[in-house]
Amino acid sequence: MRILIKNGRVVDPANKIDGDMDILTEGVKISRVGRSVKTDADMIIDAKDKIVMPGIVDMHVHLREPGREDKETVATGTKAAAKGGVTSVLAMPNTLPAIDCAEGVKALMDIINRTAVVDVFISGAITAGRSGRELCDISGLKKEGVIAISDDGSSVDSDEIMLKALEKAKKERVLVICHSEDKGLSGKGVVNLGFTSTRLGLRGISNESEYKRIERDIKLAEKIDASVHIAHVSCAESVEIIRKAKKRGVRVTAETAPHYFALSDEDLLDYNTNMRVNPPLRSRDDINAVKQGLKDGTIDVIASDHAPHTENEKEIEFEYAESGSIGLETEVAVAITELIHPGLLDWRGLAEKMAFNPSRILNIEKGTLAAGASADLIIISPDKEWTVKKEDFLSKSKNSAFLGRRLKGVVEYTLCKGEMVYKS
Amino acid sequence: MTKRKANWAHKDLLGLEYLSKEDMELLLDTADSFREILDRKIKKVPALRGKTVVNLFYEPSTRTRVSFEVAAKRLSADVINIATETSSVKKGETLNDTGKNIEALKADIIVVRHNCSGAAAMLARNVNISVVNAGDGWHEHPTQGLLDIFTLKKKFGRVEGLNVSIVGDIAHSRVARSNIWGLNKLGAKVTVCAPDILIPPGIDKMGVGVTDDIDRALKGADAVNVLRMQFERDDKDAFPKQLEYFKNFGITEERLKKAKRDIVVMHPGPINRGVEISSGVADGANSVILEQVTNGIAIRMAVLFWVSQATEKKKNENIN
Repeated sequence: MRILIKNGRVVDPANKIDGDMDILTEGVKISRVGRSVKTDADMIIDAKDKIVMPGIVDMHVHLREPGREDKETVATGTKAAAKGGVTSVLAMPNTLPAIDCAEGVKALMDIINRTAVVDVFISGAITAGRSGRELCDISGLKKEGVIAISDDGSSVDSDEIMLKALEKAKKERVLVICHSEDKGLSGKGVVNLGFTSTRLGLRGISNESEYKRIERDIKLAEKIDASVHIAHVSCAESVEIIRKAKKRGVRVTAETAPHYFALSDEDLLDYNTNMRVNPPLRSRDDINAVKQGLKDGTIDVIASDHAPHTENEKEIEFEYAESGSIGLETEVAVAITELIHPGLLDWRGLAEKMAFNPSRILNIEKGTLAAGASADLIIISPDKEWTVKKEDFLSKSKNSAFLGRRLKGVVEYTLCKGEMVYKS
Repeated sequence: MTKRKANWAHKDLLGLEYLSKEDMELLLDTADSFREILDRKIKKVPALRGKTVVNLFYEPSTRTRVSFEVAAKRLSADVINIATETSSVKKGETLNDTGKNIEALKADIIVVRHNCSGAAAMLARNVNISVVNAGDGWHEHPTQGLLDIFTLKKKFGRVEGLNVSIVGDIAHSRVARSNIWGLNKLGAKVTVCAPDILIPPGIDKMGVGVTDDIDRALKGADAVNVLRMQFERDDKDAFPKQLEYFKNFGITEERLKKAKRDIVVMHPGPINRGVEISSGVADGANSVILEQVTNGIAIRMAVLFWVSQATEKKKNENIN
């Protein structure tokens, strides 16, 4: 299959490209990129006035399979991904059971091979059952194809075990992804600590519970010169700590999610449980710090933290509701609306945060449009507006923090390994 | 009643944060006219005849539940009480399902008391009948706030310009929050007073003064609202020792000597004598604690009356 995409504005940060070009895919690869490619093809797509960029590499996705197929499956989650312009996802290991052993990885790999619509990479757990007590067999996980490890949803409390994990991961060349949260400090909190928790009468979660743990995770990595990746950065102090660590040469990378730069705790006023996320939506000042961190490169990656939950787990009392919002189908549009249109990032910057950087950090051959690269690309109408509606989601769950929002930017086509996996 | 044109558009009463000054004035004026009924020989009017009010209480409460029940009965409504101590998710039916069942039983108003902040708002989103918040977690207790304000208005003839101090566990108090929103909107000046640990972050942004000095809180105050201290609370938050609290924050005759002579002392009840307030003050000349109880009925009559008018209006709009 040969697909020719003509007249689009091609954005490829890996090759410092941002200009009108044509792209030809052949089989699973991109075969040519250039001005007016003249050739026959099985399909020609006119991308005039549209953005052509690498498919999104979302390194923080909960596909829920195995164990919670009522929330999401590899099949439904990857269909949602395709619709959202996401061609690679990193599946988080907090499934039932957790992905903490070779057999678990094999079983998941089998499900992926049978049902996934886009590429799925696997993160294993750091500790058995994500309990924080006993390190997983990381080399065993790696042999089965795991590319990262994380106890996401929980932090490894023991310094000693965390240090061992970083050492082992360094040796095995897998990425350690930290859910940095000191539960001793966040306790039973459910919203940002401050005026919002006071106004709503809910227990608060301090910024401290996040940045103290980030400080620790960075310190441990620095000690042995290991890489570490900080997930879902939400507050100003965290951004500053990461900024300083990068300056002194620590191999730390960081990610944030769209809701941490698009929504604030003030949006929670009617106890909308879809906006209950962990870490919580923070203050306006924190949002601005996260945006600044994205702009100056402190935060390398935007990832959705796609966290599907059933209606039964969400449409209940706020403090009983599960934490998390789905995000695969809105992340590109939220980023365009909140970052591109206000001029905070340009298209190359966006493609860096959502495709190129995560590929580099995960050490996978994705996130570029060069000839010979995997034909993972998306075509976007950058100015087209739409409203986020429950009935339009392909994800099995509908718990989006952005329901009802007007967004700019529509994914028109998604190609994954040369195959059209979504067309609007 | 009032000459002002009544304009009430709320199906539910969830909190005073969500009401305008005019909304509150309408409720206060209506309560004033209902208050008189309570002193009649035959204490009943037909305003809600044929309506059913369901008291759905997930927390033990006698005074608020009885007050709502009396209020509904004075308006000739039928009243059903459901008391349950099991909260949803743990076992049994969810709050939404219970609410929908009550709606299917053709009740008109649910009065809900719940241990979770936001529970009343969630219920209101999920049923078409009226929901009145009778206290949700630490969030709001709007009818208590209104009855406190009503009591002040009866005493002083106005609310605007009054200095009102609220003393006690502000952090965990729905009564404090409703009072703050309501009093601020009506132009009173509010100060909250408690040990640091019981002052929630950002409370000043609600437009109140904050102090941990009880004498300062009492000085110049026209009224002091004394909150119940719940020393039995099982929470990770540190709590002051009971005796120490009484020594530093308890409202005593001794302390009141330094305040305005006619300072009004309020308490939402039930009172802990010798814990947050001395018996002498609770039973003394400045106390309006029992008047609050009576006024509470009038306020709840006004609330039940107006929310049912709003649902009526909505129904008529749907028919047209």
